[in-house]
Order: sequence, then C-alpha cells, then structure tokens
Amino acid sequence: MAGSLVAAFAAYGIWGFRATAVLGFAVRSSTPLALAAMCGILCERTGVIDIGIEGQMLLGAFAGFFGAAAFGVVAGVFAAVAVGALVGAFLALCAVTWRVDQIIAGAVINIAAAGFTSFLYRPGRVIGSLPAWRIPLLGDLPLLGPVLFRAQPLTYLTVVVVIGLQVTLVRTPWGRRTTAVGEHPGAADTVGIDVARYRYGNVVAGGALAGLAGALLSVEITGSFDRGMTAGRGFLALAIVIMGRWKPVAAWAAALFFGVLTGLVNQLNFGQVIDIPPQFVAMLPYATTIVVLAIFGTRVRPPAAAGRPYP
Amino acid sequence: MHLDRLRPALLPVVAVVVAMVIGALVVLAAGASPVAAATAIWVAAFSGTGAIAATLEKATPLVFAGLAVIVGVRAGLFNIGAQGQLLLGAITAAYAGYRLAGLPRAVHLPLCLAVGIVCGALPALLAGVLRATRGVHEVIVTIMLNTILVNLTDWLAGGPWMEQGQPVSRTPAIVGSARMDRVAGVPVGFLLAVAMAFGVWFVLDRTTFGFRLATVGANRNAAHYAGISVAGATVAAMTLSGALAGLGGAVESLGVVGRFEPGFNAGLGFDGITIALLARVSPRAVIPAAVLIGALRASSTQLQARARLAPEIVDVVLALALLLVAAPIILRWLLRLRPGSSPTEVHLTRGWGS
Repeated sequence: MAGSLVAAFAAYGIWGFRATAVLGFAVRSSTPLALAAMCGILCERTGVIDIGIEGQMLLGAFAGFFGAAAFGVVAGVFAAVAVGALVGAFLALCAVTWRVDQIIAGAVINIAAAGFTSFLYRPGRVIGSLPAWRIPLLGDLPLLGPVLFRAQPLTYLTVVVVIGLQVTLVRTPWGRRTTAVGEHPGAADTVGIDVARYRYGNVVAGGALAGLAGALLSVEITGSFDRGMTAGRGFLALAIVIMGRWKPVAAWAAALFFGVLTGLVNQLNFGQVIDIPPQFVAMLPYATTIVVLAIFGTRVRPPAAAGRPYP
Repeated sequence: MHLDRLRPALLPVVAVVVAMVIGALVVLAAGASPVAAATAIWVAAFSGTGAIAATLEKATPLVFAGLAVIVGVRAGLFNIGAQGQLLLGAITAAYAGYRLAGLPRAVHLPLCLAVGIVCGALPALLAGVLRATRGVHEVIVTIMLNTILVNLTDWLAGGPWMEQGQPVSRTPAIVGSARMDRVAGVPVGFLLAVAMAFGVWFVLDRTTFGFRLATVGANRNAAHYAGISVAGATVAAMTLSGALAGLGGAVESLGVVGRFEPGFNAGLGFDGITIALLARVSPRAVIPAAVLIGALRASSTQLQARARLAPEIVDVVLALALLLVAAPIILRWLLRLRPGSSPTEVHLTRGWGS
C-alpha cells in the first residue's frame, strides 16, 4: 500500500498531469467493476453463482437512466437499486426455491436483460449526471485530491460498501453465517441457520449492488444510456471476484489494477509513446485475467457450496 | 409413441408456445399488434422457397453453435465461448477464402472449412487445458476469450485483413471456388449442419468416446475410478466443441455472408446456449430448435417494417423459452399440471470447483 503510494507520487513528480489522468481513469473505471464484484462476492460467499451480473447491471443502468430522466437523478439511482434487487430476487427464486441450474438462470437474466433494454430503449432523452463532491482540504492535495477526493457521490459510496462488506463478512455473526452457508450449508442448517433465508437475503442485496453499479455507468459516469452499454463489465467482475479470492478489498484492488493498466496504456497511446490499436487495449484486462488464473488457478478455492442447491 | 417418451420431447414445444403467448402480451403492452407480429414472422420466415432458404441459412450456424454447447455439456463443461470460437472460425475461413484464390474448388472449399475448424478449436483447447491442468473454470476462461476474440477479429477486419478502398471494416469477398451455394434451393451449409447433427449424435450416443464424455459429465470421481482420463475427456470435449463452433463460423462466412464483417455474427454463440437447452442436450433435436430460432431471427426486418416492433422482442421470447425449459416447475404451475408429471431439470454445472 505504502509502496504503491510512493510509486504514484514518483510518477506524479515525473509526469505530472499524466499520472493524475491515469489514476483518475483507474478510479473511475474500477468503481463499477468493484461494485459489480461485490455482488458476485455476496452471492458466491453464500453459495449462489451469479453469472447474470452483466444483465443486472444493464437493467440497473437502464432503470437508472430512465428513472433519472423522469424523476431526477436521485430517483434514478433508487430505481436502479430496486431493479437490481428485483432481478436478484428472481435469481434467488430460481436458485433456491426452484433449484434451477444457476448458470442457466444467470444466462437467462443476461439474455432477457439485453433483449428487454434494447426492446424498450427509446433514444433522445438527456439527464444531468450526479455532481462531484469536493471534500474540503483533502480535495486540495496534490495528486490524491483530484483522484480520490473530488469524485462523484456513488464513487464514495462504493468505497463505503467495499470496506463495510469486508468488515461485516469477517467480523459480524451475519458474515460468519454467510460463509458457513456458502461453505457447508448442511452444517449451517444443523446449527439452526436458515440457509434459504440467507441465500435470498444476500442474493437480493447483491442484486441491489449490481443495479447500483449500472446506475454508476449511466447516471454518474456517462449521463446516458446505450444498448449493451455494460460491454462485458459484469463478466469481468466475475473474474475480479476470483482474482480477489472472494474478499471485498482484494477484489477492489484487482479492479483498480485493471483500471491502472488500461489507463496507463491509454495515456501512452495518447502521448504517442506507443501505438497499440484500441482493440488490444480493450483485450488487456481479459488477457491478464487468463494469465493470472493460469498461474494461480490451482491455488484459488471458491466457496465449497457455490452453485449447489440446498437441500 | 409411448406417453413416457413423449413428455420430454413435449416440454420444449410447450415452453416455446407459452413463451410466445407471453411475448404476444409484451407486444400488446408495447402498443403493437401480436397478429401483425405473427404475420411478419410467418411471411419473413416461411412464405416461399426464397424465405425458407433464408431461414435455413440463418439456422445453419445456430445448429453448429448448439452442437458445440451440447458436446461441452455432455462432459459437464459449459462452453459459453462458442461465440468467440465461431467468430475466429468465421474470419479465418473468410481469409482463406479470399487469400488462397486460384486453388481448384475441390481443394479450396474443404481447406477453408478446415481452417475454420482448427481456428475455432484452438481457443477452446486453451480453455480445456487450463481446466484440466490448472483447475481454472472454463466459464471464466471462455467468457474472457469471447471479449478477446471479438476485439481480435474486429482489429483484423479493420486492419491487416481489411478490404482496401472502402470505409467499412470488413474483409474482401471470398472467391467463387470457396463459396457454398444452394442445391435445389437448400443451402449446402444446412445439409452439412444436418449431417453434423447426426454425426455428433452418433459419436455422443453410440461410441465409447461419447460414453466416456458422459461418464465424466455425470460424475468426475466415478469416471476417474473407472479408469477414464478426466483431463483427457475435458480437453477432448472442449476441443471438439470449439471445432464445431469454428465450423459454424466458417459455414456462415462461406455460405451466407460471403466475407467476414463484424456484427454479422453477433449473438450466434449465445443463441447456441438457448438451442442446446431447448433441444434438451440432444444433438438431433438441435435441428428443429435451430430452425425455429433461425426463423425468428430471419424475421427481424419484417418485424420492424410490418409490426413496428424492435426485433429484440425475439430475445425476450427466447429468454422466456429458455427459462421455461430450465425450470419446468414454472410450466407446471402455469399449466396446473400435477407434480411429478414433467421431466427433470437440465443441469450444466456443479459449482466452480473441479
């Protein structure tokens, strides 16, 4: 942590605004990924695989944008969260009550979300995006100020969610029970934990976070909605969950790592230091994921009951 | 036919019908006419030999994509990357189709198909090897490969392999000796797809190799103790799956599009998942499932013109059908059937672990 701060400031000393641009890009692009990954962590730690994050984000972005266009940005954010939670409830219904194969249920969510949002999409509406909050004093710091303390509200909220989830998963009874349900639902059931209730609760909460991640894209970052605007971020979040070994802060670090990597290559491209076609820049996080998993693959261990219905 | 044998076959049909009824309600809610939509689909997909041929052309890559998903599922693997493998097969076959001009037809066409098969198989092979040796889940790797391959083919079609002197990023048209035509109004590619469906059925259901894949898919530990190489079956199933997807892409380039153009093949691999499940993981049933979805896809322009509907309504209906097949319990509830009177659910995976 300290080392990366030193490195960041060294880069700032040499390149100035360019280091700010790279880190700013890293924070902006990693925030929706981190939130979506929190959805994945919540679901999988409790024993439900959610490959429908992409669809939940897309529906969240859609609801966020059109909610914001109709009733203002705050209402848009709440609409996104509500839609995400609703889809989460659907996934829980499939996975827990109906015992549908969870990968299929997730695929259904993705296909349906892409279909519904494109079917209902009408172009031509505009919204204002969420205003940036400048934190007094901290916002004036060199490098860290513009990167971290002049962000928009949902970015701050993401930080709170990530740290809050990390603490609650490790320290609270709820977190330990969640882990028990995801690792050994039979044992959890024996000691009186309601496995179905925990799965429902966490998958719905995860869905809300995925919806929020969608709102981040449409309401906070771009202020617009496009067909398929999530562009695979929900899938990348799945990889980030694994790279973060199902731990919130580690997953956030993985998301930031992708952000820095992409931001760096972008800046080098703009500065004409290197000339890499944009398609290869887009491939970068995905290729890195495969390499990282190939190297560390055997050492990561998912929650034992992820993907298995209970009882 | 005996009643017990009829029911599993009946489920997807009922699922599709119910999905279409719900789709009609969505169309109504959107302020359009379901009758106009149904007419548009019928006219676009089945009225006249030209329309039927177009439907079969749409169905052709879908048969391959569905078969690709099925081969994986039989071995307990979910190849969600049929999309990327199909794209790579499509662009490499198109490249061979315009670059190797001058070869006799009897050499050129099979060669192009072979190039598509091999290039489709390669990324799937990578996913299979990573799964078998490193325990990395194939769903993650193939999802990552999808994005990588979409970008790679995009770059190739807009860069080194781009047709010169025009603004669209696409490869030059393939030459005549690599083109797959129609025989008596039926696209050759579709005949190949039907043959391949029966071939895959034979391999999976009638050979030792297919039995090994099914054993690994049913229970890895049991397969291991029975002396079956789980790693070998995993790699083989993924490679075969990718080869089928690549062949589908090659047929699409050589028989329908006539070149590679990004966007033309979008979503085919994902339709493959829907088809595999509608077919209840049975290779021969892939043919009607693919024709159905091909018909829906072929009608997208007519849906817009006649019924003023966004063609994505098709995706909505397909997602519903997929859900109803995956969760027969919903159908039971909707149709008030007695418990236990419908067949068991389809299962793909048993979690992330190996």
